[in-house]
Amino acid sequence: MSTPLALPRELGTTAFTRANPLARLAPAAALGFANVVTLDPVTPVLTLVVVGSALPVVGLPPRQLARSTWPLFAAAATLLVVNTLAYPAPGVGSADLGVGATTAVRLLAVALPGLLAFATIDAVDLTDAVVQQLHIPARFGYGALAALRLMPLLTQDWRHQALAARARGVTPRGPVARLRDVGRRVLGLLVTAIRRATRLAVALDARGFDGARRATARPSEWSRTDTAWTAGGFVVAGVVTAMSIALGAWQPFFG
Amino acid sequence: MTPAAVDIRGFGYRPPTRTAWALRDVDLAVTPGEHMLLLGASGSGKSTLLRAMAGLLDAGGETAGEVQVDGLPAAAARDRVGLLMQDPDAFLVLSRAGEDVAFGPQNRGLPPDQVEERVASALRAVGFPYPAARPVAALSGGERQRLALAGVLALAPGLLLLDEPTSMLDPDGAALVRRSIGEAVRATGSTLVVVEHRVSDWLPLVDRVVVLTPDGVAADGDPDSVARHPAARDTWLGGPPRLPARPRAASQPGTPLLTATSVTYRHPGGTVDAVSEVTCVSSASSVLAVTGPNGSGKSTLAHLLGGLVAPTSGAVTASPTLVAGTLADTRPHRWRARDLAGRIGSVFQNPEHAFLTGSVREELAVGPRAVHPHRTDLSGTVDRLLDQLRLAHLADANPFTLSGGEQRRLSVAAALATAPQLLLLDEPTFGQDPTTWRELVSLALDLRDAGAGLVVVTHDLGYRDAVADATLQLDQGRVVAP
Repeated sequence: MSTPLALPRELGTTAFTRANPLARLAPAAALGFANVVTLDPVTPVLTLVVVGSALPVVGLPPRQLARSTWPLFAAAATLLVVNTLAYPAPGVGSADLGVGATTAVRLLAVALPGLLAFATIDAVDLTDAVVQQLHIPARFGYGALAALRLMPLLTQDWRHQALAARARGVTPRGPVARLRDVGRRVLGLLVTAIRRATRLAVALDARGFDGARRATARPSEWSRTDTAWTAGGFVVAGVVTAMSIALGAWQPFFG
Repeated sequence: MTPAAVDIRGFGYRPPTRTAWALRDVDLAVTPGEHMLLLGASGSGKSTLLRAMAGLLDAGGETAGEVQVDGLPAAAARDRVGLLMQDPDAFLVLSRAGEDVAFGPQNRGLPPDQVEERVASALRAVGFPYPAARPVAALSGGERQRLALAGVLALAPGLLLLDEPTSMLDPDGAALVRRSIGEAVRATGSTLVVVEHRVSDWLPLVDRVVVLTPDGVAADGDPDSVARHPAARDTWLGGPPRLPARPRAASQPGTPLLTATSVTYRHPGGTVDAVSEVTCVSSASSVLAVTGPNGSGKSTLAHLLGGLVAPTSGAVTASPTLVAGTLADTRPHRWRARDLAGRIGSVFQNPEHAFLTGSVREELAVGPRAVHPHRTDLSGTVDRLLDQLRLAHLADANPFTLSGGEQRRLSVAAALATAPQLLLLDEPTFGQDPTTWRELVSLALDLRDAGAGLVVVTHDLGYRDAVADATLQLDQGRVVAP
C-alpha cells in the first residue's frame, strides 16, 4: 500500500527543500496564476524555461521527477494532438503556435510548478506550517491529515465490493444497471467511510486531540530565506508577464 | 503517573437515535493497580462502558448515574486515561512511526525534549523493531497494533483501557502485543481494564474478571469463581465451547471439486508475490483449512479459488463434478458471475464489504435471482435461510445496522442462497461469541455431510481443529506445511 504521505523526508536537500513548505508553494502559486490569467503562448513558454532551469534547485531525483510528472505530460500531449487535428496550425514559420500547442504549453505552465513544489513537500510538514503560519485551527488541519491516511483504505473497499458482487452472481448489464450499480457502491462506500471516520474521531479524542493545548513540538519556522523565496516567486512571475507584454503577446482572458 | 481508581455508580447509556438503553444499572469500582478483564456476549455494552471510563461517549446520547476516575467525572479526567481500540488503522494518525507516537504527548502540550524521551521509551516498551522514521504503511497488522499501543503508553496513563486489542491479529502477533502490554503494566503499575473475547490468553495478566450484561454486572470476582458462575456460560471463560461428538456421515472425502496447480498471484504494481506456487485440492464432503500469519496470502488464495481474480501464473481448474453442465471453460475466473455464484460461494472477512442491498430479505434474494433469472418465487429459499441462520426477526432490517454476529450469519446465508457446491469462508469466527462460534462449527459440518466442499481461511486454531479434514499452512505466500 503506498500513500502520498509516505514520502521520506530526507529526499534531496537543496536551498529550496530546506525552505518552509508554504514558501515552496508560493512561487508555484505565483507562476501558476501568471499563466491562468493570460491566453498567449509566450508566458507559458517563458515559465517553462524558468521552471526547467530551476529543476536542480527543486532537488527531485530524476526517477521521482518522471513518476510524478508523466501523467501531466501525457495529458498535454493528448491536448496537443487532439487540438492540432481539430484546428490545424496556420502553417510552418507562422508566429502563431496553433491552438493545440498553446493549450498544451498553458496546461504545463499552470500545473507543473505546483506539481513539482508539492512533490518535495511532506504532508506532515505542510500541516505543521499551515497550522502554525496560517493559523488554521489545529483540529481542522491535523483532522484532515488523519482523514487523508484513510484514503488508500477506500480504494481497497471499492475493490472488495466488486469482488463481492461477482461472488454473488451480480454483474450489471447495460448503462442504466451500471449507473445504478455505481450509485449503490458509492453509498456502501460512504457508510463504511463514515463508520471508520467515527472511530478515528474517538481515537483522536482519546489521544488528547482537542487542539487547545497543543505544543508546537515540531516548530515550523519562517525565516528571511522563506520571505525571499516567496517574494522571488512573485518577482519572477511579474518579470515573465512583463516580458510577454513587452513582446506584445500578453492576452488576458478577461480582456 | 500514579495508578488511577475508577468508580461507576448506577451508570446507564442510551445512544443517540436509539430508543433502548445500550447499558444500565452498572455499579463497579476498580482499585488503583488492579488488572481487570471485562467479558460479555456481543452487544452487552462492553465497549460502551470502556468509552464511558475514557470520558469519550457520544455527547448526543442520554446518560444515567456517574463514572468517576480518581474522583473526577471521566470527561474531566481524560489526561489520566489511555484507550487502545481494536483497529489500528483507525488509531494511527501520522505517516511515520515516531511522529505518530509523539502525537498524543504533543496534544497534551509537553515540551519537545520530553516528547522525544516519551517516544523513545514507548517504542522500546513495545519492542518496536524499526527506526522511528519507519513509514506506518510498511508495517504488518501486529506491528501497527504495537505502534498504536506505544502511542497510548506515551501518554503515561494511570488507567489503561484496551478494547479487543488483539482480535485482528494472528496468534504470534497477538502474543507479542500481549507480552508488550504485560510488561508495560508491570513497569508502570497502572490500572488495566481489558475487553477481549478469547480469555484464556489473558488470564495470566489479570486478577479480576467481570461479566457484563446490558442490565448491569452479572458476575464479578477472581477468574476461577467467575468461570463457575452461570453468567459466564456465553463467554469464552474456560476455553472453547464443548461440542457434541458427531461421527462423519461419509467416511472418505468425495471427488475433487477444484484444483490449484502452482498458482501464483502478484498484485498489479506489486513487487512480491502475494501467493506463490501454491498447489492444493478441495474435495466434496471435506473441509480444507488454510492457516498462516497476517499478510501470508490466505485471503488472496481464497479470492483465487473463488474465481474472483485471475492467477498471474499457474491454474485453478474446476473438475467436471463442479462444472456440472456445459461451460466453455474450466477456469472459474473466466466464468460469468452467475455461473460462478451457482457453483462457488465466497464469504468475505469483513461482512460489510459484501452487502449489496438495503434489507436482510433482499440480501438473500440477490444471488438466487441472478443465478436463476427465470425463477419468480424465491420466498421458499429465503425463508428457509432466514430460519436456518436465526435471522427471521431481522428480515426487514438494514444489513449495516446488524450486530457483528448477525452480520456474519447474514453473509454466510447470502453465500448459501445460490446453493454452491464449494463454499469459501474467510475468517468466519473473527470476533464472534461462543454461541455464534458453535453455530458456525455445526453449519460447516452440516454442509460437509450434505456433500459440499469447504475451504476455511482462519487464525482460529480451535475452529480449525473442530472442522478441518485437511490443512494448508501458508507463510509469505508459500505453502510451509500441508
